[in-house]
Amino acid sequence: MNKLIKYSFLGSMLLTQVVDAKNVAIVGAKVHTMSSQGTVDNATVLIKDGKIQSVMEGEPALAGYEIIDAKGKVVTPGLIGASTSLGLVDVGFSAGTNDSNSSLTSISKTGAAFDVSYAINPESSLMAIARIEGVTSAATSMGRTGQLFNGQGALISLGDSSDPIIQGRAFISTRLGNNGADTVGGSRSVLWVSLETALAEAKFAIGKSLTPIDEWHGELSRADIAALIPVVKGEVPLLVDARRAADIRQVIALKQRQPQLNIVITYATEGWRVAKELADNNIPVILDPEANLPFGFDQLGSTLENAGRLAAAGVEVSIGMETHNIRLARQHAGNAVANGLSWDQGLAALTINVAKLYGIDDKLGSLDSGKIADVVIWSGDPLEVTEAAELVLISGEKVDMHSRQSKLRDRYLKLQTDKPMQYVRP
Amino acid sequence: MASISVLITNATVLDGIGGVFTDSSVLLQNGKVVAIGKDLSVPDDGVTVDAKGKWVTPGIIDVHSHLGVYPAPGGTAHSDGNEATNPVTAEVWAEHSIWPQDAGFQRALAGGVTVMQILPGSANLVGGRGVTVKNLPSATVQDMKFPDAPYGMKMACGENPKRVYGTKGGPSTRMGNVAGYRQAWADAQNYQRTWDKYYVDHKAGKKDLKVPKRDLKLETLALALKGEILVHMHCYRADDMGTMLDVMKEFNYKIAAFHHAVESYKIADQLAQAGVCSAMWADWWGFKLEAYDGIQENIPMVHAAKACAIVHSDSDLGIQRLNQEAAKAWANGRRAGINISQADAWQWLSANPAKSLGIFEQTGSLEKGKNADVVIWSADPFSTYAQAEHVYLDGALIYDRNDPASWPVSDFELGQPGEGDSK
Repeated sequence: MNKLIKYSFLGSMLLTQVVDAKNVAIVGAKVHTMSSQGTVDNATVLIKDGKIQSVMEGEPALAGYEIIDAKGKVVTPGLIGASTSLGLVDVGFSAGTNDSNSSLTSISKTGAAFDVSYAINPESSLMAIARIEGVTSAATSMGRTGQLFNGQGALISLGDSSDPIIQGRAFISTRLGNNGADTVGGSRSVLWVSLETALAEAKFAIGKSLTPIDEWHGELSRADIAALIPVVKGEVPLLVDARRAADIRQVIALKQRQPQLNIVITYATEGWRVAKELADNNIPVILDPEANLPFGFDQLGSTLENAGRLAAAGVEVSIGMETHNIRLARQHAGNAVANGLSWDQGLAALTINVAKLYGIDDKLGSLDSGKIADVVIWSGDPLEVTEAAELVLISGEKVDMHSRQSKLRDRYLKLQTDKPMQYVRP
Repeated sequence: MASISVLITNATVLDGIGGVFTDSSVLLQNGKVVAIGKDLSVPDDGVTVDAKGKWVTPGIIDVHSHLGVYPAPGGTAHSDGNEATNPVTAEVWAEHSIWPQDAGFQRALAGGVTVMQILPGSANLVGGRGVTVKNLPSATVQDMKFPDAPYGMKMACGENPKRVYGTKGGPSTRMGNVAGYRQAWADAQNYQRTWDKYYVDHKAGKKDLKVPKRDLKLETLALALKGEILVHMHCYRADDMGTMLDVMKEFNYKIAAFHHAVESYKIADQLAQAGVCSAMWADWWGFKLEAYDGIQENIPMVHAAKACAIVHSDSDLGIQRLNQEAAKAWANGRRAGINISQADAWQWLSANPAKSLGIFEQTGSLEKGKNADVVIWSADPFSTYAQAEHVYLDGALIYDRNDPASWPVSDFELGQPGEGDSK
C-alpha cells in the first residue's frame, strides 16, 4: 500500500513538471522534420508544454524560451525502437527473471493473451543507455513464448518516467517462418491451420459474451479471444515474422482474404523478391538490413539491398530490431543507405515509418506541431557511426545524458593507483 | 589468382602502423608491397588504379571468427564449432571442421577481410586448436591455410564452460573452471617431462628405450606451454582475466590475447604490463551477466593505457564491417577525451591482430616486403557509407565491387534464390 501511495505521488510530481516545463527553442540546426515540411536549414524548433509548437527557418524573437544553441548540429525526431524487448529484460541469459520469455501456461493456449504492459520496468539500465543515444520510444514485446503468438506488445516512452506506457496492448506478434513452424507442430502445415483457427474463432466471438458462465467450445482460451478480437477487427497490428518469398506470399494471401487485418511483416528477408506485391497490398515491413546470410533455408535470398529495393517499390520500411543495442539501429539504417536505400528513407525507417505502422504518427515520429517533443540534437549525420546524440529531449524535457555505462567509463577513465576504484565516484 | 603489378594512385593511404599519406601511391609487385610514395611508376605489364578520393589500408585481420565451423545455414548438421563432450579438448582442431562453402567467407571478403583466425567455440575450458587462414575462396581448407602461421589454442573463462558442464559432471563454477585449466597444464608439463627424458636418454644412447605414446590433447597443451602455439582466451570480466594472469605465471606460458575482454578497461594498465592483447567489440554488452559492464570506450581506453587493442568480430555479420567497429570505438574515445588518430586506430584492425597471431612479419601493414594484402575503400573507411571496392590478397585482386561478374559465389548459393546477387 505504501508503495502505491509513493508511486502515485511521484507520478503527480512528474506531471506537474511537464506542465511547468520551460518552453524551449532549439536554434540554428539543420532540422529533419520528417513531416511535409521536409528538411529546414538554420531552423528554430519551438517546444511548448512538452509538445512541438513549430519549426521555422531563421531565428524569431524568443522571449520566454530557454534557448539551446544547435548551430552546426543536426536535429531529428527521437528514434523509435521498432522491435525490442526494452523494459522486459536486463540480462537475458542465466541471470534470473527475464520477462521477455515465458513458459507454457493454461491461461493461454496460443500466447496471444500475454500482456507486457504489466512487466515494463522503466528503470532498467537499458533505458538510459538507449535514450542518451537518441532512442526516445520503442515498441516492446516478448521474444519467445514457445507458442503461436508472442503476446501483446506495448509502445513505451524511454523517458525517465514512472509511467512509460504510451499504449498497451498495441500489437500482437507471431512467427510464420521456419522458427514458427519449429515452435508450432514442426510444420507450416500445422502452423497455418493454428493461425487460421485462432483468427476465425476471434472473428466468430466478436460481439459475443464470453463470461465464465457462457458456453464456449472453441480451441482458444477466453483470454486469447479477448486479445485477438482487436487484431481481427484491424484495430491492432499483427506483426508476422516471414522471411522466404513463399511465406511472404502466404501472408499477402491472408491479407487479401481478410483485408481488414492490419498486417506488418518482420524480417521480410526475401521481401525484395515480392516487393511490388507488398506495396500493392499496403503491407509495411520491419527488417534488419544487415542480415545478408542464408542463416536458414527460408533466408536464401538475403541481401544488404533488401531495404533499398523494398523502399524503391513503395514499401514502407522500418529498421531497428535489437534490445540491448537498439542504439545501433541508426548504424543499421546507415548500412541500408550504403546499399541503396535513400538517406531520407533511412531516417524515416527509424522515425515516422515506425510511428505509422503502430498508428501513433499523430503523436510521434516527426517534428509536427502538436506532437510529443521527443527531439535529438546530433553532432552530425545520425546515420554516420562516428556521430553521436549530444542532447536528447523527451516530452520537451532535456534528459540526463548519463547512463550506467557512461558512469563506468568515467570511473575508469583515469586508473587510480592511490586507492581502489570502488572509492571513485564519477 | 594471378598477382600482377599494381600501382594504386592518388589515394589517402593508412600504412597500418600509424602513418598516413595523402594523395599518394602504393606499388604492389610479385605479391608484395613495394613502396608507398608520390613518384612511383608501374612496369609496362602492370596496371594503374586511380584511387582519387579513395582510401587504401592493409587488409583487415579478424582474430576471432567461426566462419566454416558455425556456417550458414545453421542447424545441428552444421554445428561443428564446439566439441562439447569434455571440458578439455585440446586435441581437436578447428580446421578439421571448416566448411569452405560458408557464404560468410565471401561476405567478409566484401568487407575487406583478408586473413582470419578460425577458432573452436567457447563451451570448453580448452576448446582446441584455432587456425589462421587467408580469405581465398577455396574447395578445401588446405588451400586457405596461412603458410607458416603458428596455431592458436582456444580457451574459455567464465559462464560458458560452467553452464555447459554444470550438469555434465563439471566444472559448474568459476573455481571449478580454474582447477580444470591448472590440471590440464600440470598434465601437459608431466607429458613434456616424459618426452624430454626420452630425448635425453635417446641422445645418451640408452638401450631398450620405449617411445612414449603421443597424446594429442597433451601434445597441443605442451606446445602452448612452449609458446609454439598461441593461447587465445575468451574472457569477459576483469577478475577472470586477473585470475588467468596468475595461472599464466604459475605455468610460465603466455596468453596472446583475451577475447571479448569487455572489462579490459578496468585493468588496462595490468594488461599492458603483462603484454596481453585484448580483442574486443566496439559496443556489445549485456547479453549475459559477464558482459553487463561492457562500455563503448573499452577499445580506446585499452589503447590509451598502451596495451594492445584489437577489434574482433566473433560474428558472421560483424566481420563484414569491422572498419565501422573501429570507427565507433575511435569516435567514442575522442568524445571521452582520448585523441587517437585514424592512422593509429587502424592498428586495431591489421597490425595488432597480426602480432597476436604471430604473422606480423608477413602481413598486417603496408611495409616494404610484406604480403600485398590491401583494400581500396570508396571513401574514408571510418564512415558508415564507405565500401571496400578492391581487395587484394598477396597482390591478386580477389574482390572487385564494381565487377559483379567477378564475385565469388559459394557452391551452396549456386542455383538458389539470389545467386550472384549483390549481397
